[in-house]
Amino acid sequence: MALQVEHEIHARRKGRNFGVFALLIGFIAIVFGLTVVKVLQLGEAGEFERFDHVARPQIVPEEGAGE
Amino acid sequence: MSDISATEQTYEAGMGDYFALLKPRVMSLVVFTALVGLLVAPMPVHPFIGFVAILCIAVGAGASGALNRWWDADIDARMKRTAGRPIPSGRVQPGEALGIGLALSGFAIILLALATNFLAAFLLAFTIFFYAVIYSMWLKRATPQNIVIGGAAGAFPPMIGWAVATGGVSIESVLMFALIFMWTPPHFWALALFVKSDYGNAGIPMLTETHGRKATRNHILIYTLLLVPVAIGLGFTSIGGPVYTAVAVAMNAWFLKGAYDIWRRDDAASEADKHKVEIGVFKVSLYYLFAHFVALLVEAVLRLYGLGGW
Repeated sequence: MALQVEHEIHARRKGRNFGVFALLIGFIAIVFGLTVVKVLQLGEAGEFERFDHVARPQIVPEEGAGE
Repeated sequence: MSDISATEQTYEAGMGDYFALLKPRVMSLVVFTALVGLLVAPMPVHPFIGFVAILCIAVGAGASGALNRWWDADIDARMKRTAGRPIPSGRVQPGEALGIGLALSGFAIILLALATNFLAAFLLAFTIFFYAVIYSMWLKRATPQNIVIGGAAGAFPPMIGWAVATGGVSIESVLMFALIFMWTPPHFWALALFVKSDYGNAGIPMLTETHGRKATRNHILIYTLLLVPVAIGLGFTSIGGPVYTAVAVAMNAWFLKGAYDIWRRDDAASEADKHKVEIGVFKVSLYYLFAHFVALLVEAVLRLYGLGGW
């Protein structure tokens, strides 16, 4: 009796675990897909460096050119 | 400890129980109207970004549904029609529904902001807040006009879809909002006239019970009259055209005729033919909204070939 109840819970829990697994895989696919689309939409690959949120003098040609 | 409480404690909800929390049928309407709002907008959206945006809007709508079910579990348990829902039937714990609602809301809003723009995300956040707090927690139990105000939550999705594409709000998106907003009360009150409800037992003030069925018939006619200029007016904006206007004129004439028939009747006549007119008008109201949004899509497709619009 007790074993049967345990078994029933485990079966249901397994279904839930697979559901969460599928949701996580889906989430990864969405974030990856969005990254690919957003980067390709930039056109020029150099633009991507601006997402670093760090000052990068080498992507501003005017400042580096005179030195 | 009794057997029943032991059973309740050992029950673990399956994925289906959690999915039922999200009100899948409401989600399907939200997905359809948001998709139309996105597709009729003048700016093209990358298909994958469009897909993610619609997913976020659907998940946001589901999250507000879960929050609504969490808050309304007490009244759902008191009405026959709703007693079998996941929380009142004991399949999902109230805390789980609250957690899922809040987590999915945050997920949908943040992802929509990152994938599209902040205005779209703000509108989604406001919709969830409006449905869960303004409607569910406050107005639903406070006023018989609850349907009117609650309709606003269902009217936001095409506006969000439009904001995803354009990054703004305009007369077109406001009129799409107004179309669903004005359509909701006559649609729902027609249903209230023929469905035997026990809202009274749950203490929810429904118009049919607080002001009577005659007043409800009057309200249906008045709101339908107010709906007509909104629906036809949309035809003269940049997303309208001859096809939409023709569909709008035909559907509004049909709906208005139904509203007039409902207004002319009394309850005795209604009981005599088992609410034939009321059921008919409710069905027309479903075709009505669907036809308007499909006509907007048709105009958008025609515009691609240089044919749509005025």
